[in-house]
Amino acid sequence: MQLHTIWFILIVILWLGFFVLDGFDFGVGALHMLIGRTDTERRVVINTIGPWWDGNEVWLIVAGGAMFAAFPGWYATLFSAGYLALVLVLVALFARGVSFEYRGKRDDPRWRAGWSWAQTIGSILVPLLLGVALGDLLNGLPINQNHDFTGDFFDLLTGYGLMTGVTLLTLCLLHGATFLTLRTTGEIRDRARAAGRVIGLVAIVINVAWVIWTLVVMGGGTVPQPTQIFGVIAVIFAALLVNTNYNGWAFASSAFAIAAAIGQIFIALYPNVMVSSTNTAYNLTVNNVVSGHYALVVMTIVAVLFLPIVLLYQGWSFHVFRQRLSAPPASAEAPGGGEQLATQP
Amino acid sequence: MVNDLARWQFATTIIYHFFFVPVTIGLAFLVAVLQTAWYRTDNPDYKRMTRFFGTLLLINVAIGVVTGLVQEFQFGMNWATYSRFVGGVFGAPLAMEGILAFFLESTFIGLWLFGWNHLPKRVHLATIWAVSIGSLLSALFILVANSWMQHPVGYRLNKSGNAVLTNVWALFVNPTFVWGYAHVILASLITGSLVMLAVSAWYLRKQRHIESFHRTAKVALIVLIPAIVIQLTVGNQLGEIEGHYQPMKIAAAEAQWTNCRPCSFSVFQIGGGANDKTPSQIILVPHLLSVLATGTWSGPVTGLNQLQAQYQARFGPGNYVPDVFIQYWSMRVMAYLGSLVLLLALWGGWLLYRGKLRSARLFLLLSVWAVVTPFLMNTAGWLLTESGRQPWIVQGLQKTVNANSPSVSATEIWISLSAFVVSYIVLGAADLYLMLRYSRHGLAQADAEAAEPSEAPGAAVPALTY
Repeated sequence: MQLHTIWFILIVILWLGFFVLDGFDFGVGALHMLIGRTDTERRVVINTIGPWWDGNEVWLIVAGGAMFAAFPGWYATLFSAGYLALVLVLVALFARGVSFEYRGKRDDPRWRAGWSWAQTIGSILVPLLLGVALGDLLNGLPINQNHDFTGDFFDLLTGYGLMTGVTLLTLCLLHGATFLTLRTTGEIRDRARAAGRVIGLVAIVINVAWVIWTLVVMGGGTVPQPTQIFGVIAVIFAALLVNTNYNGWAFASSAFAIAAAIGQIFIALYPNVMVSSTNTAYNLTVNNVVSGHYALVVMTIVAVLFLPIVLLYQGWSFHVFRQRLSAPPASAEAPGGGEQLATQP
Repeated sequence: MVNDLARWQFATTIIYHFFFVPVTIGLAFLVAVLQTAWYRTDNPDYKRMTRFFGTLLLINVAIGVVTGLVQEFQFGMNWATYSRFVGGVFGAPLAMEGILAFFLESTFIGLWLFGWNHLPKRVHLATIWAVSIGSLLSALFILVANSWMQHPVGYRLNKSGNAVLTNVWALFVNPTFVWGYAHVILASLITGSLVMLAVSAWYLRKQRHIESFHRTAKVALIVLIPAIVIQLTVGNQLGEIEGHYQPMKIAAAEAQWTNCRPCSFSVFQIGGGANDKTPSQIILVPHLLSVLATGTWSGPVTGLNQLQAQYQARFGPGNYVPDVFIQYWSMRVMAYLGSLVLLLALWGGWLLYRGKLRSARLFLLLSVWAVVTPFLMNTAGWLLTESGRQPWIVQGLQKTVNANSPSVSATEIWISLSAFVVSYIVLGAADLYLMLRYSRHGLAQADAEAAEPSEAPGAAVPALTY
């Protein structure tokens, strides 16, 4: 296998890692005001992802860095084409990233409500907009022979791109709900189940419609790929299991559903990395935007040596904080927002 | 217009980002030191100080992380031509930074924050050191990348004219990198210790928690004194190296328009910023510039006019002189404030030695206000480095004016610049508010947390940390 193919696969893995891991963070963030009624409950919901969200977000940073290093032309065209959309993604990431640390630092309902909204809106916008970007890679954008984007912001909002964004958002919401059923107890868990059941039904419909649209974009007469079929099955499984006690299986199903959604976009894309709607001759491909061979060798060595270590310590972190969380009794919460410990009943 | 706006946006966002970076690197190290002291001595006071300064660290990290995202996205967004040209070299250290540094820092900061009372004491101590190492590594890779822009090494140009890597090791032994990295790490330790000293001095002046904050003032001074002493040497050495590879940068920092031998250092001057204009008011120290720029008593320094002629002969017509006003004053802000911090540090060391630190009211007052100096010095240092490289974005290879994204319009950059400025003002206000509030009242909270019974590992996950 050629190095540029290996790096394409590696970048797909980084995007998968990002959406599967940070995907439930987005789901939890977007749903936390719905599933947590009181301030304490909302804090518990946010703390289910507390130890991990920051590490999960790094997958996005590394995906961007890997694109820059391995396919500079892809990175340059995609990021400059998606200019205003990415500005919005960044502002959403500010709002969400800072709200974790700042929300609980002051015991004032308005302060906390403000950061809660920042968390909610940020968590909705990021998967939605990144989904639009990924959909546009496949669907095509106006790109000229110099690989420069020639459209404006509204050219990014293609029907298929928007549909991809909505699909990823609903999958993230479902993933967040299955995650919460796995990580909480009592009323919070009941509400996560109820929310998951509704979101699950919506996700099935949207996912099926999106898969069909993807087949249309890929070209007439294409039969569904295994990724697409298993992806739809996984969404159905997650929707059915979210209301049972098979929380682990429900979570695994929603994780697989997200992975399948991201996977099928990139499988359909290869060997292109970005399609030009102006002229297919101007498509960006793994061959015409790839970095030098030596740099890819160096980067492959670094990735092969160190990514397994990253997986080990991130896995260890998930293992360390594996217990379910529950809201402490209302009387136990100290004034001033001091830290409390809650054990599983 | 588009190019200027893109430059303004980069300058604004990177300067802002670098307010938070050195605090993170410096405080992460100092918090790790405090926690090690707790681990070694079992003195609960070190634990409460670890938690107290640890929270200040976390408030600060939150903004450092999100503003760092902007920087990674911005190369592609605004500087697509640059990204295509350099990605084959510059991208590699950025990707390595993600894999080796960001994962480490971000995963372990979660483990550290949520791991109190949950991880074995020794393992929990290791997590804060992992955070500190992650932050040090992150600075390493980004400086490898930046140094390549100052002094490109280990590359060749391929047939489409783009830079491709030929020797990765050369990037890591680039003299601009080696000395630049030492300079930045020392600057971060100085920043972190000045923040810790300022907060401690504030409490000592109020005569609250005297023993606890005397301890942290001592730790801060023990780190600050050697750091600032070594920094003066390293900064000087870095100046010589830059004078060698980027003579324009150093000549402009002296507003030295003509050749000189020996060369005097001007302590202060008015005028002289524009081409061929002799400064109207000036105070000179004989031979000092020769010593600083060349390391010899009477070494020669080539003037800007001569350098400009050489560059035109080599690279074609154009103005190759960076902004002399920025160079001249950023060099002086850094050097003069650095000298003041050195005096303050030595004074503090002497007070500590005489056992009079607790009651030295004037020293404590000055130490509180000294907290602004590292931010001014850090900003001045980067202005000197980055503005001094102009008109080049990659020294000798690509000009900044040719590096922006052809597809991005001025309107779009106006929108993004406004969005970033507004967001940064809101975030900065929230950060400053929380830092000041927590600095003043946070100890009670840290005490409440520390007073909780420590449970056996694996007992429970804190549900209300955030």
